[in-house]
Amino acid sequence: MIGKLTLGAIPFHEPIIMGTLMVVLLGGIALLGAITYFGKWQYLWTEWFTSVDHKRIGVMYIILALIMLVRGFADAIMMRAQQAVAANGAAGYLPPHHYDQIFTAHGVIMIFFVATPLILGLMNVIVPLQIGARDVAFPFLNQLSFWLSVVGAVLVMLSMFVGDFAATGWVAYPPLSELGYSPTVGVDYYIWSLQVSGLGTLLTGVNLVVTILRMRAPGMDLMKMPVFTWTALITNMLIIAVFPVLTATLALLTADRYLGMHFFTNELGGNAMMYINLIWVWGHPEVYILILPCFGAFSEIIATFSGKPLFGYKSMVYATSSIGVLSFFVWLHHFFTMGSGANVNAFFGIMTSIISIPTGVKLFNWLFTMYRGRIRYHSSTLWTVGFMVTFAVGGMTGVLLAVPGADFVLHNSLFLVAHFHNVIIGGVVFGSLAAITFWFPKVFGFTLNEFWGKVSFWCWQIGFYLAFMPLYVLGFDGMTRRMNHYSNPDWHPWLIVALCGAVVIGAGIVAMGIQFAVSIRDRHAHRDITGDPWNGRSLEWATSSPAPLYNFAHIPQITSLEQHWDDKVSGRAYSQPDQYEDIHMPRNTGAGIILSGFSFALCFSLVWHIWPLAVASLIGAIATFIVRTYDRDVDYVIPASEVARIERDRYVRLWTTVSSPDLRPIHFEKAA
Amino acid sequence: MSASLPYAVHETAGHDNASMTTVGFWIYLMSDCLIFAVLFATFGVLVHSTAGGPDGKGLFELPFVLGETMLLLVSSFTFGAGMLSAQAGRKKQLLAWLAVTFVLGLAFIAMELHEFSTLIHEGAGPSKSAFLSSFFTLVGTHGLHVTCGLAWLIVMAHQVVRFGLDGIALRRLACLSLFWHFLDLIWICVFTFVYLREFL
Repeated sequence: MIGKLTLGAIPFHEPIIMGTLMVVLLGGIALLGAITYFGKWQYLWTEWFTSVDHKRIGVMYIILALIMLVRGFADAIMMRAQQAVAANGAAGYLPPHHYDQIFTAHGVIMIFFVATPLILGLMNVIVPLQIGARDVAFPFLNQLSFWLSVVGAVLVMLSMFVGDFAATGWVAYPPLSELGYSPTVGVDYYIWSLQVSGLGTLLTGVNLVVTILRMRAPGMDLMKMPVFTWTALITNMLIIAVFPVLTATLALLTADRYLGMHFFTNELGGNAMMYINLIWVWGHPEVYILILPCFGAFSEIIATFSGKPLFGYKSMVYATSSIGVLSFFVWLHHFFTMGSGANVNAFFGIMTSIISIPTGVKLFNWLFTMYRGRIRYHSSTLWTVGFMVTFAVGGMTGVLLAVPGADFVLHNSLFLVAHFHNVIIGGVVFGSLAAITFWFPKVFGFTLNEFWGKVSFWCWQIGFYLAFMPLYVLGFDGMTRRMNHYSNPDWHPWLIVALCGAVVIGAGIVAMGIQFAVSIRDRHAHRDITGDPWNGRSLEWATSSPAPLYNFAHIPQITSLEQHWDDKVSGRAYSQPDQYEDIHMPRNTGAGIILSGFSFALCFSLVWHIWPLAVASLIGAIATFIVRTYDRDVDYVIPASEVARIERDRYVRLWTTVSSPDLRPIHFEKAA
Repeated sequence: MSASLPYAVHETAGHDNASMTTVGFWIYLMSDCLIFAVLFATFGVLVHSTAGGPDGKGLFELPFVLGETMLLLVSSFTFGAGMLSAQAGRKKQLLAWLAVTFVLGLAFIAMELHEFSTLIHEGAGPSKSAFLSSFFTLVGTHGLHVTCGLAWLIVMAHQVVRFGLDGIALRRLACLSLFWHFLDLIWICVFTFVYLREFL
């Protein structure tokens, strides 16, 4: 009746896990109790959980990502601590099976439940605002996507306390991930959490591509689209192209594990290299999926804080597009050692090196944007400059690894680990944190505290170099990745330095937490009255902060790439219209969260082979979806009078606080 | 409102839903197409990995599969006829065509299940070899799609009865139509590259 699930699935004998469980339980009870005590359930349910507003869904994505960042970082510091003590015959404090789960969970969480939701959240919040749309193309699907991601995250978290997680590394190579070598439920948790969150990501991809292609404000042709939206477009096209590959690949592994098939087994004709090829056909474009929107965010930030238009907008668009195309021709560099021969390796090595060209174009564009600009060193600027330096280093070690001969030596060593952390932390994490700082006022109506933002930046920046530069050295010294303990005394000092670096990064995360707390406390002092706190350039800064539910009272007519800047210069910005119209908006619905609830039950029961529950929850999920299609009352109208009231309030606030000349960016005009 | 204001003159607050849904669904189908691409590629790699077990030539019965193919092709035609009725606003005719399509699709699934069960009884089940794993998964995934299409046909017919042929129904019919023809297209590839190939 309950499949393989027994009380023995809970690891009572592991003090570390049980301690964590107690903390999570106590924290969870405290949180739920606080929500109940303050009577906030109704508010959360009606205003957030059932919301189809793209801004709120985006915010929830980012909150999910930040929570999971803490978990992923906890894994990281445990690994660093283990390697700092498990030297010269010492066993350390983490037994191998637990340690293997930790490095697997760290990779899975950081890629799927931190970086991906950060990117999806940012695109959700910003893209409709930048293109002058009132929501995404399919608001209900958007909600469903988010909650499916939550289900994936919950499954990963749950695996720690009920059963175990995969101990295979984050891409779960067979035959290790096959039933014969991973007989526990760990890999099953891995499969279903990725399947369900991957489905959510795919739906978001479809949603945002249609949004960008079909919902741009009139006059905004593709070459008038802000560069962040361009990167979002390419990223979502990549999502549509490669997430089905992940789905199919994991489904084949599932068939092996659940139905006794032989796709990737050692026996009866299975071919494990097929899996490794397929997973990287998804996996390499995936890293571009993560980095491209960050490139877009850096472009917006550097142009804004240099007080100049972005240098080389067109080359930026072409560079982004060509990175998107090239990303499909490099996957084999993840396994040059497969033995596919010199010609194949040479092809993929050359393609990998070629990708650095459009990336280099971007880097020069950012530098030329700053050149002779009036640069303001806001914390977003710091993140951007920190990114440019750090990412250049990571890019160069990447080109080094792209040489098959060098890769044969460095393959699977800590050099590789240092390289991809160099580009992912220096690129994706810095980019997301810069973007959060930059666009925070647009969503919440007040700016973040600068002091703690800068503290956070410096901790991340210094911590990163301390934590990962030693790993390059260790890679050259021959230390392979994922070691539970080692006996080479020369490695030990470097690993202690790396641990110190991880602690400094931890301080950066704490500073970020303080930054949010302090900013919320002081929110009245840092209100963004104009809706344009940074003297911005693109359309999202034209509407109020926080952006109203409908984003724009009137859909703007686009005449320029830098619409808001040009409107400010010509004096057309902030002119109050004398009439308003009714606005149709999508109605909130609980269907997404209910459907995801059934999906959770389905995945959990599949992990534990609880077949009756699996069938019931599958039927429940399908039925929920069908019932939703019978609901024809999915829109409502915000009457023109209500729109007028909201807009009037905005302009009253605006004109009583600032005087008209202050809103004209005269002091930045023709700065170059 | 003065002409200098940066607003669209004719603003459409409700965007063009019908065409957006069709575009979105089309993009979704392309991603589905990639799932099949992976399965075809896997089949292509593993087709000779029979591990000493039977190969396709010894297992497949081409006339039977040709029958399946005909059923599906005809069902695509009947769906097309149904769409013509829908666009002409002839509800009863549409429902009749949908019913015929459903019966043809159901017959296809029945034949496929019969083929699968015959193979399994002959000892050529999906766990026999990598070749058979990839065969059952590729053909079965297509069959699963057709089954979803059948369920969608029922829901769609009921919604047409209940709500009439309004914009939403026409939009969804257009998506279902895309889906159904897409499955036909995939099946042509299955027929060619999985079955016919063995006998050339």
